[in-house]
Amino acid sequence: MPTIWAWGRNVLKRALENLGNSTVQGVWRMGFATRFFLAVLMHSGTAFRRFGLTIREMYFTGVLSLIIILVSGLFVGMVLGLQGYETLQTYGSEEALGVLVALSLVRELGPVVAALLFASRAGSAITAEIGLMKATEQLSAMEMMAVDPIARVVAPRFWAGVISMPLLAALFSAMGVLGGYLVGVQLIGVDEGSFWSQMQSAVDFEQDILNGVIKSVVFGVAITAIALFEGYDAPPTAEGVSGATTRTVVTSSLAVLALDFVLTAFMFRGLN
Amino acid sequence: MNKTVLDLWVGLFVVAGIAALLFLALKVGSMNTVNATDSYEIVARFENIGGLKARAPVKSAGVVIGRVDRIQFDTGVYEAKVTMRVDKRYPFPKDTSAAILTSGLLGEQYIGLAAGGDSAMLKNGDTLKITQDAVVLENLIGQFLYGKAQEGSPQ
Repeated sequence: MPTIWAWGRNVLKRALENLGNSTVQGVWRMGFATRFFLAVLMHSGTAFRRFGLTIREMYFTGVLSLIIILVSGLFVGMVLGLQGYETLQTYGSEEALGVLVALSLVRELGPVVAALLFASRAGSAITAEIGLMKATEQLSAMEMMAVDPIARVVAPRFWAGVISMPLLAALFSAMGVLGGYLVGVQLIGVDEGSFWSQMQSAVDFEQDILNGVIKSVVFGVAITAIALFEGYDAPPTAEGVSGATTRTVVTSSLAVLALDFVLTAFMFRGLN
Repeated sequence: MNKTVLDLWVGLFVVAGIAALLFLALKVGSMNTVNATDSYEIVARFENIGGLKARAPVKSAGVVIGRVDRIQFDTGVYEAKVTMRVDKRYPFPKDTSAAILTSGLLGEQYIGLAAGGDSAMLKNGDTLKITQDAVVLENLIGQFLYGKAQEGSPQ
């Protein structure tokens, strides 16, 4: 009997120790992440003074993400057109298809799905690149040459991501509306005039489009900050870099969805 | 990758992104929201506003001439106080009446303004005297059933 008691106590003790340890580690990482984020902001001057660096990174994060964003936007819009028509025609209001497609894209799907794609397409690449730079001691080499790696490597990538994200989200929404138009008007035969005019009277520039842009800027900051930090913090091994890349995609996707809920609650609570 | 070619691609990307934003702003959304500088406020009180919401259109003869700005509850008279902004280009006489109407059978509700014959025009902050409440479907059905019951009752 006493042995079982001792064994039970041991298990409990170890569980509590693990809980405490991971909590302390989490808080520690949180503090390091905040310090890292502030350092990136402090060194942002370089990203703008030597804008060529930022443009180079915008090519890798923005331009190379274009294909996946445009194609997914088109297909999401086309599916919305089909599904929306199926539902709306039961109520005899298929003219409202434009409203449905445009509002769901501009308010939610555009920023969120584009951000999720951006996280897995560009965020993972950023983490892997910086993690590998650290593992191969390129970052330490820069420090040896009195080049601040945060200013030279991290800050341009951060601003490139923050600038690219709203542009990608806008392109996603625009492609989605075109996809909905193709399916709804060209394929199914919803009246073209009422498709556009109902959409225009329902979508407000400030309430819907501007809020969507604000959302995508926030998502851009969150995704690139997480990706950069995970890369910078990755253990300098092959295993560590691969783990950090996975964590980037998981954490930034969760962050995007959670932030989206918070932002939506703020933005659209007073509307109706 | 050549530096200039890279710049060209990023430039194209930014131009495409801005074009998409413009497309959203001009073709998908409408910029012609009534702003405070070229509009005037009028107030109308209703006993029942039904499903009227802020930002609902204000129409006259079917043309959108303004938007509902805010809806408050007036505890002094226990009525709804609806403030709307009407475009300055459309002045209305003092004895204009406001009604809460529905577009279609289940569509959104809006305020319809019917001009009167007064020679004096409404000024900023004026209150409309004649208003007509929203039609509540339940009351209408109730009245109909009551009427039917009276018709059918033996005298």
